[in-house]
Amino acid sequence: MTLLYKGYDWDYDTLSRIQDACQEASDRELGLSTYPTRLEIITSEQMLDAYSSVGMPILYKHWSFGKDFTQHELVYRKGMGGLAYEIVINSDPCIAYIMEENSATMQALVIAHAAFGHNHFFKNNYLFKQWTDASTIIDYLEFASKYVASCEEKYGEAAVEAILDAAHALQFSSVFRFPRKQKRSLKEEEERNRNRLKHQESSYNELWSTIPGGTASKSADKEYMRRMAMLDLPQENILYFVEKFAPRLHTWQREVIRIVRQVAQYFYPQGQTKVMNEGCATYVHYRIMTRLHQDGKIDDGAFLEFLKSHTGVVLQPRFNDHRYSGINPYALGFDMCRDIERICTEPTNEDREWFPDIAGRGGAEDVLKDVWANYRDESFVSQFLSPHLMRQWRMFHIKDDRKHPNMVIESIHNERGYRNMRSALARRYDVSWATPDIQVTDVDLVGSRTLELTHHVKNGRCLEPKNAASTVQHLADLWGYPVSLVEKDDSMSHRHSAVEPRKVAFERD
Amino acid sequence: MNIIDRRLNPGGKSLGNRQKFIRRAKEAIKAAVRKDARTRDIKEMDTYNGNIVIPGDGLGRPSFQHDRKSGRDDYVLPGNRDFTPGDEVHRPSEDPGSGSGGSADGDGVDPFQFVLSREEYLNLFLEDLELPNLVKQRLSVINSFIRRRAGYSVDGSPANMSLAKTMRNSLMRRIALGRPKAEEIANVENVVEEATDPVEKAYADHHLGHMRRRMARIPYIDPMDVRYRRFEEVPQPKTQAVVFCLMDVSGSMGKGMKDLAKRFYTLLYLFLNRYYENVDIVFIRHTQDAEEVDEDTFFHSAQTGGTIVSSAFDLMTKIVQERYDASSWNIYVAQASDGDNYSHDNERVVRLLREKVLPITQYFAYLEILNPYMTMSMARKSDLWNAYAGMNNPTETFAMRQVAEPRDIYPVFRELFERKE
Repeated sequence: MTLLYKGYDWDYDTLSRIQDACQEASDRELGLSTYPTRLEIITSEQMLDAYSSVGMPILYKHWSFGKDFTQHELVYRKGMGGLAYEIVINSDPCIAYIMEENSATMQALVIAHAAFGHNHFFKNNYLFKQWTDASTIIDYLEFASKYVASCEEKYGEAAVEAILDAAHALQFSSVFRFPRKQKRSLKEEEERNRNRLKHQESSYNELWSTIPGGTASKSADKEYMRRMAMLDLPQENILYFVEKFAPRLHTWQREVIRIVRQVAQYFYPQGQTKVMNEGCATYVHYRIMTRLHQDGKIDDGAFLEFLKSHTGVVLQPRFNDHRYSGINPYALGFDMCRDIERICTEPTNEDREWFPDIAGRGGAEDVLKDVWANYRDESFVSQFLSPHLMRQWRMFHIKDDRKHPNMVIESIHNERGYRNMRSALARRYDVSWATPDIQVTDVDLVGSRTLELTHHVKNGRCLEPKNAASTVQHLADLWGYPVSLVEKDDSMSHRHSAVEPRKVAFERD
Repeated sequence: MNIIDRRLNPGGKSLGNRQKFIRRAKEAIKAAVRKDARTRDIKEMDTYNGNIVIPGDGLGRPSFQHDRKSGRDDYVLPGNRDFTPGDEVHRPSEDPGSGSGGSADGDGVDPFQFVLSREEYLNLFLEDLELPNLVKQRLSVINSFIRRRAGYSVDGSPANMSLAKTMRNSLMRRIALGRPKAEEIANVENVVEEATDPVEKAYADHHLGHMRRRMARIPYIDPMDVRYRRFEEVPQPKTQAVVFCLMDVSGSMGKGMKDLAKRFYTLLYLFLNRYYENVDIVFIRHTQDAEEVDEDTFFHSAQTGGTIVSSAFDLMTKIVQERYDASSWNIYVAQASDGDNYSHDNERVVRLLREKVLPITQYFAYLEILNPYMTMSMARKSDLWNAYAGMNNPTETFAMRQVAEPRDIYPVFRELFERKE
């Protein structure tokens, strides 16, 4: 078999050959299904650019992106951090950015990782299928950036910046977590009413009228119910609520808010599938590069270079290593995929006991594809993290009750600890656990028009006060009237604060 | 697959973002410097040698996040060495990202900080200030001239010789007088050598001699070709300003109040030295008499006595007459006092001001330092304040302000000397 390339340099032909070889390897080894790929070659400066616009090739302008750019650029310039080898967009066609400074082997790695691994994941995972429309995102972002730019021209940069600042602060609390009810059409409504009346007539019985009336619903309750129905409360998507109901926003401001929340919605699945996504891509690139080497398409030198980069990426420092910065999603994802492969092909008795469905059934590739398509991080970890891996990583579970002076070790990698640890780790990837549950719960329509936000406290974890105060202030500015924040859980109400809106650039003249 | 090369038009996509960030950062730094300046010792600013660190407020990105200090949390970490269930572990002072999760990356306590050198700090601190109405200029014999190019001349020093002009002139002369070029002569020499026809040869030979003689007769460069660059001296009109600092050091001024006045003058001094080249500062301190002192004595030595404000104005006008001609100097006065004056003197003060002082000053700033034992709410305004308030001031060359505490000095100073567009 002829080598695809020799040495460091590459050109378009090389890339084309690499792509074809990877395609062949992927088809033979894994049978992936991907969107068509578009490779974009960029300089490192452009990579920094891409970093600071959240990886999107086009986005509206905001100073916070400039701040990110400055930080990343400084870090990169001082040599304290490298740049990602690739950035890939979930879209159709899948766009992968590759840096011109990479060697040919690195480009092969990047193509395998991004153009095949990530690509397949974006196309097949259920969360992405459910929440994002890959074919329209780029067009939408183009519209968004043009719209914001035209608003800046018409209304001034300061006004637009003020809205964007406020919207960004509320961004992460402004996603729909469940598919929404479809509003019924008028015909459907009428149909329902008719059916209800028919049912009432047919089931009328004098007997029921002799029963003493229940607690007369107070008018206050009725009023409350009416408000809930009218405003569709409680509402978890704060910006959606503001966009629809804030009384003093101009139309363009509502549109800008809508843009910010659509972008947040687009990125919503990515936060929940980081481990699986990176694990999938890393595993895919590992399989493909190994296959290429076995087929003699890349030489030993190239393979060594690949291995060096790969091991750097999946490195997981121990908790007391100064390099430790949390669990590396690449490491965990990759190890779990390899582990699943092992369980399918060479299970131990323990594996058969823990994973009866997949142990020893061979065809690891199909199992993996099924897993990548139908699970997200939380369910992935809670169902596929094996004791073998937990032993390998020497995982342990710590409970931190801030009322206690010390933290307590709860479980370690032994018989009694496995299930406990697994669910504890899975819970960290549960988005409802990790992000605060804050919803709009009421609006005082007749009085001060105060908007009431409720934070449902879990495990006694309240909101960080300074951040919360600034964010609530932003919300009050958008809403135009006071906003009160209540933090409570089942036992009691923890905290209560109210904020007046500031005189800001949004005011309707 | 298709491959697109984006390197060709880099576009600087994040340029807009960076510009926005820098603009916002500048605002934030300015605001932070102003806030910081109120508490910092003015003297310290003048002599401080290191870098000043200012937190980057207003550049944070708040969001709803869990408070790390409340509630209960579980972490799963790799790399257990010798822990067993039930062990107690010290909580690290700063949680170094224990465990990861799907939580959004928020900024929390924003570690972004700005480090300013003293120069930058002072620049920001004193930005947008100027001495108002700086209009009088004068042409002075002893003052500076600047040299400006003014064409060419036939005379000059060899350092100023303009080669281009000279060669041009020489070329013109050679063409006009028909001096043969070297290559023309070479051509004719060739003809002479290679010609076979004797008639042609003789003819060419004759021509060659003609040309050689001509070449010798007309010089390549002639002294009359030479040109020199010419410079002329243009006098620079200079603005001159003198600032009179009148400080009341009488007994009615407590030590704290004198200190406040001194801070004000220190600020003024810093500002003037930074921005203006030619500013004379005259220090006058007065009790019942006025005397002109030097800077050191003004700021550092103690004195006390009675209060007659007009003495200061008398001395000031005398100095102006002697040393600073009102027609060519811009005169400024900054007066600091607690407002108490010998009661019969008030009328004289106002008269002096109206007739002698204000007509010749560009700007008069009066700073009244309030007695800390009397609050602003007490109705009694000082004698001097009332006297000044009664003056009619149509031309905005007179400003009065009150100061009670050190932190008021800086904003008042800014008000008094704000750059007016």
